[in-house]
Amino acid sequence: MGIETIYSEILMEHANSSHNKHHLAEASHTQRGVNPSCGDEIELELRIREGRIEDAAFIGSGCAISQASASIMIDLIKGKTVEEARKLADTFTGMIKNEIKDEKELDQLEDALALKDISHMPARVKCAVLGWHTLEKVVQD
Amino acid sequence: MSNQYRNDFPLLRQGEGTEPLIYLDNAATSQKPESVLRVMEEYYRKYNANPHRGLYEISVKATEQYEQARRVTAEFINAKEEAEIIFTRNTTESLNLIAYSYGRSNLKEGDEILIPISEHHSNLLPWQQLAKEKGVILKYLYLDQKGALKEEELKEKLTKKTRILALAYVSNVLGTIYPVKDIIQKAHQVGAVVVLDCAQSIPHLPLDVQELEADFAVFSGHKMLGPMGIGVLYGKRELLEQMPPFLTGGEMIDYVGEQEASFAPLPQKFEAGTPNVGGAIGLMEAINYIKQVGYGQIAALEEELTAYALEGLKEIPHLTIYGEKAFTKNRCGVISFNLEGVHPHDTASILDADGVCIRAGHHCAQPLMRYLGLAASCRLSLYFYNTQEDIDALITSLKKVRRLLGLGN
Repeated sequence: MGIETIYSEILMEHANSSHNKHHLAEASHTQRGVNPSCGDEIELELRIREGRIEDAAFIGSGCAISQASASIMIDLIKGKTVEEARKLADTFTGMIKNEIKDEKELDQLEDALALKDISHMPARVKCAVLGWHTLEKVVQD
Repeated sequence: MSNQYRNDFPLLRQGEGTEPLIYLDNAATSQKPESVLRVMEEYYRKYNANPHRGLYEISVKATEQYEQARRVTAEFINAKEEAEIIFTRNTTESLNLIAYSYGRSNLKEGDEILIPISEHHSNLLPWQQLAKEKGVILKYLYLDQKGALKEEELKEKLTKKTRILALAYVSNVLGTIYPVKDIIQKAHQVGAVVVLDCAQSIPHLPLDVQELEADFAVFSGHKMLGPMGIGVLYGKRELLEQMPPFLTGGEMIDYVGEQEASFAPLPQKFEAGTPNVGGAIGLMEAINYIKQVGYGQIAALEEELTAYALEGLKEIPHLTIYGEKAFTKNRCGVISFNLEGVHPHDTASILDADGVCIRAGHHCAQPLMRYLGLAASCRLSLYFYNTQEDIDALITSLKKVRRLLGLGN
């Protein structure tokens, strides 16, 4: 039962994604991400020092998938180097596009694995990757 | 299921008994009856040829059927003559044709265009573009709580400066039926030309362009049981005659010289290039199907279904319906709503898992959504082939949504 599992797992882990949803004090990078077709919107705030993501948070509005995915991403990238975060973004995109199937490789996505089945829901892919695409814009600079 | 028409629609029959398809997105596009599919297939199998120029039998037959489709369409909306029917791709193209051809040659700086805030982007952006290009002022009519236009505001904004009033007969978001006859009369009193967008009305309500005195009326085939890719532009002859061509090219000419050309008479003047013959034939059969069912019967079935749906929705906790909340004479079976705390896309995905198809988003009406203070909404839209069972399935599925998202009941 795809959709029910996705929603219940996401919510178990990220009850309405509130713990990462706030402004960040002393953010060094702010990046906006939008899905024009859905109206999903996030603003990702990062504090990056010496190539490491010290802290991250976001504000935004949109569907449960876009908001929970962004929140799960933030848990995952906190404390990681920019390079590690970029690799995680690649892995996540690979999972959603159904290009990466190796379980070991996917394991590093931890909670974000709950979104794996979104790869079978083309209408919602954009929602799941919004946070990660927004992150890519920062770490690729 | 208990609906005598449902069996005519192959797509609706699929999965019946196991995984039925609950199609409640009819305002986006309608399903097609067997007869429409059959006549189109017959055209492609038996007499596919380029019309209007071939000197052989199947081309003559293709031409005859294409022109027959025009006659049937003209009669269907009570146009004075078939030359007033221009086939286009869809409502959007028809509206663009009017804005580009009529708008650009007749409006000048300081003139005004008036449209309701509830218009679909297709009846908004062509006017917005025209306004920018020509220094024309685009004004809006706002709505009351129930989605109706305000008489006072219309009186105030409809002036001698208003050159075009463009409006939908039925709102694609709220289902409101606007009193277009009255509005057209008022517009004519100040000398404005009225463009009536019938995309959402013609599947459900008869259109009599002479009785309404509409200057232009437009609609798409695919929302009224026909195929995609065929649309209609009706215009009064005297207006169409004085308008320059929109697209130029093959089939729309009289004489072409190196530096100048003269154009074919109506309706060919506005039909450049090879037309969508198969689409026109499909539309003709869709019209025949609607005539057989009858608008009276369509209204009766939809009225019952809409009232049933509204009752069912009202019983769901934390659900808000936008616009008119009861069935009245002034609404069609289009209902916009939201569940508190739930993004419409999540609702639509959860419903989809149960085979229930609804629309979620801004419905190509962003200015209206902003006016209503919404980012997006869910929208169900009914057609006469829907059943109470469809609505029961929708309600059952909707009741799960908030629970599934951990928001209680």
